[in-house]
Amino acid sequence: MEIFAVFSPLFAFLVAFLCGRQIGEKGVNFITCAGVFVAAFASIILFYDVALNDAVRTVTLASWIDIGAFSAQWSLRMDTLSVVMLCVINIVSACVHVYSIGYMSHDPHRIRFMAYLSLFTFAMLMLVTADNLLQLFFGWEGVGLASYLLIGFWNHKESANAAAVKAFVVNRIGDFGLVLGIFATFVVFGTIQFDDIFAQTRQMADYHFDFLGMELHALTVIALLLFTGAVGKSAQLGLHTWLPDAMEGPTPVSALIHAATMVTAGVFLMVRFSPVLEFAPVALMVVCVFGALTALVAATIGMTQFDIKRVIAYSTMSQLGYMFFAIGVSAYSAAMFHLMTHAFFKALLFLGAGSVIHAMSDEQDMRKMGGIWRHIPATYMFMWVGSLALAGMPFFAGYYSKDIILESAWAAESGVGVFAFWCGIAAALMTAFYSWRLIIMTFHGKPRADEKVMAHIHESPRVMLSPLVVLATGALMAGSIFYGGFVGSPYKEGHIYDLSNTTEYVNIWDKEHFWQESIFVLPENDTVEAAHHVPKWVKKMPVVAGLVGIVLAYWIYMFRAGLSERIAARTMPLYRLFFNKWYFDELYDRVFVKNAWRLGQFFAIRGDRRVIDGYGPDGVARLSQRIAARLSKAQTGYLFHYAFIMIIGLVALVTWVFFKIAAGL
Amino acid sequence: MVDFPILSLMLALPLIGALFIVTIRGDEESVARNAKYTAFYCAVFTLALALYMLARFDGGTADFQFVEHYAWFPSLDIAYHLGVDGISLFFVVLSALLTPVCILASWNGIKKRVKEYMIAFLILETMMIGTFIALDAVLFYVFFEGVLIPMFIIIGVWGGPRRVYAAFKFFLYTLLGSVLLLLALLTLYFQVGTTDIPTLIANPVAGTLQMWLWVAFFAAFAVKMPMWPVHTWLPDAHVEAPTAGSVILAGVLLKMGGYGFLRFSLPMFPEASAYFADFVFWLSVIAIIYTSLVALVQDDMKKLIAYSSVAHMGFVTLGIFTATVAGIQGGIFQMISHGIISGALFLIVGVLYDRLHTREIARYGGLVKNMPKFAVMFMILMLGSVGLPGTSGFVGEFLSLLGAFQVNMLVALLATTGVVLGAAYMLRLYRLTVFGEQKHQDAAAMPDLDKRELVLFVPLVALVIIIGIFPNLILDRVGPSVDRLIMQYEAGLESGLETGQKSDGVFVPRGPQEGVE
Repeated sequence: MEIFAVFSPLFAFLVAFLCGRQIGEKGVNFITCAGVFVAAFASIILFYDVALNDAVRTVTLASWIDIGAFSAQWSLRMDTLSVVMLCVINIVSACVHVYSIGYMSHDPHRIRFMAYLSLFTFAMLMLVTADNLLQLFFGWEGVGLASYLLIGFWNHKESANAAAVKAFVVNRIGDFGLVLGIFATFVVFGTIQFDDIFAQTRQMADYHFDFLGMELHALTVIALLLFTGAVGKSAQLGLHTWLPDAMEGPTPVSALIHAATMVTAGVFLMVRFSPVLEFAPVALMVVCVFGALTALVAATIGMTQFDIKRVIAYSTMSQLGYMFFAIGVSAYSAAMFHLMTHAFFKALLFLGAGSVIHAMSDEQDMRKMGGIWRHIPATYMFMWVGSLALAGMPFFAGYYSKDIILESAWAAESGVGVFAFWCGIAAALMTAFYSWRLIIMTFHGKPRADEKVMAHIHESPRVMLSPLVVLATGALMAGSIFYGGFVGSPYKEGHIYDLSNTTEYVNIWDKEHFWQESIFVLPENDTVEAAHHVPKWVKKMPVVAGLVGIVLAYWIYMFRAGLSERIAARTMPLYRLFFNKWYFDELYDRVFVKNAWRLGQFFAIRGDRRVIDGYGPDGVARLSQRIAARLSKAQTGYLFHYAFIMIIGLVALVTWVFFKIAAGL
Repeated sequence: MVDFPILSLMLALPLIGALFIVTIRGDEESVARNAKYTAFYCAVFTLALALYMLARFDGGTADFQFVEHYAWFPSLDIAYHLGVDGISLFFVVLSALLTPVCILASWNGIKKRVKEYMIAFLILETMMIGTFIALDAVLFYVFFEGVLIPMFIIIGVWGGPRRVYAAFKFFLYTLLGSVLLLLALLTLYFQVGTTDIPTLIANPVAGTLQMWLWVAFFAAFAVKMPMWPVHTWLPDAHVEAPTAGSVILAGVLLKMGGYGFLRFSLPMFPEASAYFADFVFWLSVIAIIYTSLVALVQDDMKKLIAYSSVAHMGFVTLGIFTATVAGIQGGIFQMISHGIISGALFLIVGVLYDRLHTREIARYGGLVKNMPKFAVMFMILMLGSVGLPGTSGFVGEFLSLLGAFQVNMLVALLATTGVVLGAAYMLRLYRLTVFGEQKHQDAAAMPDLDKRELVLFVPLVALVIIIGIFPNLILDRVGPSVDRLIMQYEAGLESGLETGQKSDGVFVPRGPQEGVE
């Protein structure tokens, strides 16, 4: 079963990639969809087996690297954390595969596209089922590769190529941290096997090592290095610049890779390392602050963008920020819960946006849309569902997961927790605002597209709409159904519980029983438990913020025409800062890209040509030529020159001998 | 074990082929054809022998295998002594693998003096294999230097417009090291009284002399690697060499330096190696960062890959001188992997050069449209060079950096930036040549890989992936010899009067790190 859940997409990829031409387009569509459907089916069975019936296990397949002291296996680890990821990945991936059949039907390279999608799915599955850091890294880089290939899928476009390279290189900067984290883990724990690491964390909690004269807390260093990797992959503040550019890829890719799955790999990594993070409080604080700032900054940018996909991309970044600050307050299960619900509604939003773009003849600028909701009512409805879930409106999936995160942040009762809470509330308001700004600009008002495009508008075919139904169902129900399992309290609410006699009240569908050993929280850090007991106003705050955001959006964009421009003009410096994405790209270009280039030129011309060659081989060659020329000048051919030199030599010799003898005497 | 002198046979076969080619007579075209076929079959047979040797190699022992020992100058105790252990095994196979590849790669590209070209390659093969299997220092020296001559000729005769400059630069640089190597070997001989390598390893010289000898050996091997700052011959040599010359140069010749460190420097001069380890680390780090940045700004493809080779060799020297299992295994693996990947990358450049006769990156673009198969091969090799897990490039880089991290964190930290820069320059190269718009008519009209070229690429590309996923195929066989090497190294350190200076930033790890299991 494990093998099916992970390797059927690989099989599909190999068949599609190697004999795509032979089996034709239909064959490729069939084999890739079949592969991921088999995988999805197998993962649901595994979910039932592992998460609900406690059959936690690890299947070892083969040895990868083994040099005695250091070893890593290919294996599939099955615990609740990985089967949750398996289900999310495979179900969303299946939806995206089916959708792509319709979306890419006019593209000449659709065979390659389907193959890459399957490759990505496989790499992601390897990542989440790893039982050691190295296999995780294999999947980690594998998804990076697939992302690179798919962002640059339309490789005749310069912008797509630039975005692809940027995504890969920026991710590599994160991976740089991750690799160092792996080294540090190995050096500190003597293993990179998850179980062996986690078994030792408690006794290593006070271990320090020396680096350049500094005493460093080992677990904090490891946690921060791994977090660097997560920052890159999950587009957290600092290494986020690749994500908006990644929207150059086809829309199904944005839905699968840059919203639902790959970008959550960083969250997964952090949750997987909860046993280490729990003993590294400083690292947790850093994660929390980064997450909170990312949520806030991304939301500010999202409010000002006009490209429909970029708005959703910034919203993804912002939601990932929520997950990270949840981790930062030890609310790992809440982060996973939000990861799961977010996968559904964000994939839904992206595929819905894809449907809009498809209808509008590949237009992505919201300023050229408007007034089309009557033409594509199904898409319009799906976008509403996705937006309601994203904004955290009651009974939609996002409501449950976002609330529990914000409540946990509050319940952490720490400075960073409160900071994260208020950042989160502000971001929630802005999230709702830009979601409805998107809906209103795209679907309402007067049509701003030209007549040719408007005449062409059509609802997407069934093959594209049916996956949306699945995702919309998830966006509607996933929150309420899984609340108990992911974050629910083992104690019936309203009872004052007594630890010695809890059997009576214990609830099977609760987080302790669901996660088992796969998430580790120190009892004093159990913020998710505490979140069930926060004041009423804290619980209501996110919904209120969301409603305010929605009302504001309606007021500004629907009922008061021109108001948005006036606000933008009034707050020009701030608006410009947001609109230009806080100038991260410009800053990086100035500081890193340009200087690396200059340094390279300097080394190439000054270093190699002038200094090394100039004083090395070329210099020696010139010098020997010059000496030879000098020496040859000495051979003048005049007898008296030679005679003169001989006499001088003789005099010198005699003098020397004389002094020698004198000294001897 | 085998009951015939397989190593001598591998040395002799290419030479016999070369002799045979000398005797070919007839009109120019038939001579060229016969020479090509003879050379190719000779190389393939040698490869078959090498694979047979690989199959019969006993991975469970660190001892030298297939040993042959005949007196050569008995009065001087210099012998014809051959043998293979885990350290040399895969270098022999690599040499035997790349020679037929090179001959096949030159099939249509070399038009003039085909006969002499083939002779040069066959002699080169003997010399390369000899370097790796010689167990007598004098014999080693003969082969080590012998490699220079055919390579010098290959660059000087069949090279590009600045071939004479490049050939002399190559020759002079390496000769400088060789002179010191010869002096050191003589000193060693007068000290120990033999040139037998196993005996020399068992009887390390003491004290200051060890330091001087280390420096002399280092000079020879550092130039061959090449390490920064004696690397500038490499880009010139690569740019001017014909495609096959570059393949051998990057694929095998650069590995002779690393092999020398493992066979001589580390076991014979353990104290000096420990003493100079920091020095080597910093040279390696500079090499990695400096040459990666230089690679980033190149507009000549061959130069770019040549500079990337220097960076990759930086990981090798870094790994070797950590004297940890991970570092040395990583260094050896990195050399094997780089031999395949960079050799194949030079073939990639050769494919383009054959069609358009320029190596300028800007003259290409959008090749994925007209050369899809080429694009796939290039992509996998590019990813291997970048060190993506699942390709062979990852394993070597990872293990050598892991070894470095155990010994000196700061060095490891700086060296790891190489993985970011590596991605930057290789992706730039790929993007500018294969992706993008087709700006040039002639580049857009180039045909995709033909059958002969596919035969060249498919095995190499497959190897990159196979040993990336199952690196134990190599690591298992190398393991015992590396363990013994580290044992010798540590025994040498303990017996030494002064202990080697350890680097700063060291902390003693808890887990089972160094030494032998």
